[in-house]
Amino acid sequence: MNANPNKPSMWEKFQSTQFYRSVFRTGIRVVSHRQRMMIMLNSVFLHLHPVRLPKHAVKVRYTWCMGGLSFFLFLVLTVTGILLMFYYRPTIEYAYGDVTDLSQQVPLGIMREIHRWGAHLMVITVWLHMFRVFMTGSYKPPREFNWVIGVVLLVLTMLLSFTGYLLPWDQLAIWAITVGSNMAGATPLLGMNGPGSNLLSIGDVNLVTPVSDARFALLGGRFVGEAALLRFYVLHCIGLPFIIMIFMIVHFWRIRKDGGISGPT
Amino acid sequence: METIKHFINTIAAPKILFNIVVLSYLIIFPPFKFFQKIHDALGVRRLWTKKGGMAIFSLMFLAFAFGLTDGNFRLIVLKPDNVPIVALLFLVVFFVWLALHQAQDNDDAIAKGGKPKEWAESREKVLVFPDLVYIEFIALMIVAALLVVWAIGLPAPLEQAANPTVSPNPSKAPWYFLGLQEMLVYFDPWIAGVVFPTVILLGLMCIPYMDKNRKGLGYYTYQDRKTAINIFMFFWLVLWMFLISIGTFLRGPNWNFFGPFEYWDHNKLEALNNINLSELVYMIWLNQGLPSNILWREAPGFLILIVYFGLLPAILAKTIFKDLYARMGVVRYSIFAVLFLMALTLPIKMYLRWLFNIKYIVAIPEFFFNI
Repeated sequence: MNANPNKPSMWEKFQSTQFYRSVFRTGIRVVSHRQRMMIMLNSVFLHLHPVRLPKHAVKVRYTWCMGGLSFFLFLVLTVTGILLMFYYRPTIEYAYGDVTDLSQQVPLGIMREIHRWGAHLMVITVWLHMFRVFMTGSYKPPREFNWVIGVVLLVLTMLLSFTGYLLPWDQLAIWAITVGSNMAGATPLLGMNGPGSNLLSIGDVNLVTPVSDARFALLGGRFVGEAALLRFYVLHCIGLPFIIMIFMIVHFWRIRKDGGISGPT
Repeated sequence: METIKHFINTIAAPKILFNIVVLSYLIIFPPFKFFQKIHDALGVRRLWTKKGGMAIFSLMFLAFAFGLTDGNFRLIVLKPDNVPIVALLFLVVFFVWLALHQAQDNDDAIAKGGKPKEWAESREKVLVFPDLVYIEFIALMIVAALLVVWAIGLPAPLEQAANPTVSPNPSKAPWYFLGLQEMLVYFDPWIAGVVFPTVILLGLMCIPYMDKNRKGLGYYTYQDRKTAINIFMFFWLVLWMFLISIGTFLRGPNWNFFGPFEYWDHNKLEALNNINLSELVYMIWLNQGLPSNILWREAPGFLILIVYFGLLPAILAKTIFKDLYARMGVVRYSIFAVLFLMALTLPIKMYLRWLFNIKYIVAIPEFFFNI
């Protein structure tokens, strides 16, 4: 503590500089009610939240923090994912070697571990978030549509995880994706092995063939190969994150617009 | 010890375990009055007290610890990619308990003419900074720390480089799709892999529009929305979680069933003598050859489907779903009935398989149209 209470410390002097006050408009030492409100209003990130909430809404036993943690894990996955992209080349030739190098050559190489376990954890937190929202009846009017968006986010989370599963290009990866993508081949009408696949034809020429069916569109080939790896990589790193972010924005926006967190009326 | 393990291996077979799980479900979340009586007689509500929670968890941990003494069990459960599923099982049980524990407290309060705990709290407003921001910060730090420890302690799995010519046995999809892969035992890929996922998602999206009950918004309750919770729990616990666990832990080479303490023997043979409904009807019951006309051949199956999806919803609306029908109206009820009956086809086909070895109800392999 300061020996002389009247003499401001270096830190306090720094806090009164023009520079400091331009960064932290509200200041760090928050003492007044007004300041606590201004912190929320002045911050672009905290602005996601309202300034005040009913007390039950800040209780962990009510929300389980699952929605917030899902979002946090999404951010962790984005950051670790970008770091992984520095080291990874999505070709059959390099992919597996790059992943081995990641754990053996790169200092502090636990990014892949954090990315993989974080991804599993995100699937779990998203499911539990859905379960919590169900158990508190929070999908009831006026929040019906946000539940629908939530289901879309749930699907996108699983698709992101699924597309990422292929990238290490090991036995586990290609065979899991082979099992998964074989299902696409069974799509009614559009899949080669699906019911009604021979209905789509012009004269004698069948339109749904091994090189034109739903499975082919997913893999870019007849089996899980080079094209599939590139497709899954692009979807995993650009396509799906882009889509999920749009839905997340709507999801968060709608929470506020639909009256904030659910509560008893 | 070996006797216990052998016993557990035996009752873990899907045929037996599924019945145990369904029966437990019916007693814990009783959808019918008959089971409600058993529910009350057994005092199931004690499960949701703190003591009950402790008992559930001690049992789970004990069972898990006992399992870990076995080499075969360890091999499957501690596989790096299976660790999240073990965590998931404990988390789901915990959160089901937590939700129903709070629901029970609230229900007791409401029964006495009071209000749920959340109601009193919601009258008071708190500032988000610092009350919520700090909680979020702590939660996120804990999860971040957990992730780092997990990442250091357990290396992410990396098997041999991909080799399209050598397929591992069993080939499993990522764990969150194993419920669907498990359905492949009973349905063709176009149903288990395409139609069912679509229907599951549509069904989930429909929940807010199906549930006309305006009570139970914003607080934990069971009594105020019993029907909704009972139905949801069936899908969430019995179909989704249970099938994922089976697919992960109890399915080995050739997708054969293996008990939790059983060695995954690649040479295990299981007799497959499944027959189609058409074969059962024409060849065994009527003792004649299969008709050559496809439609005529599959007529019994189509008849069953027409009755099941066409007539049954109407019959149900007059009988056990009478109240539901009155509350929902025609449109909502029809959508609900179709979704519900579709979901029920899974357990129905399970039983048909186990009891009569039936593979397909309608089998038209000529058009890949097998149901």
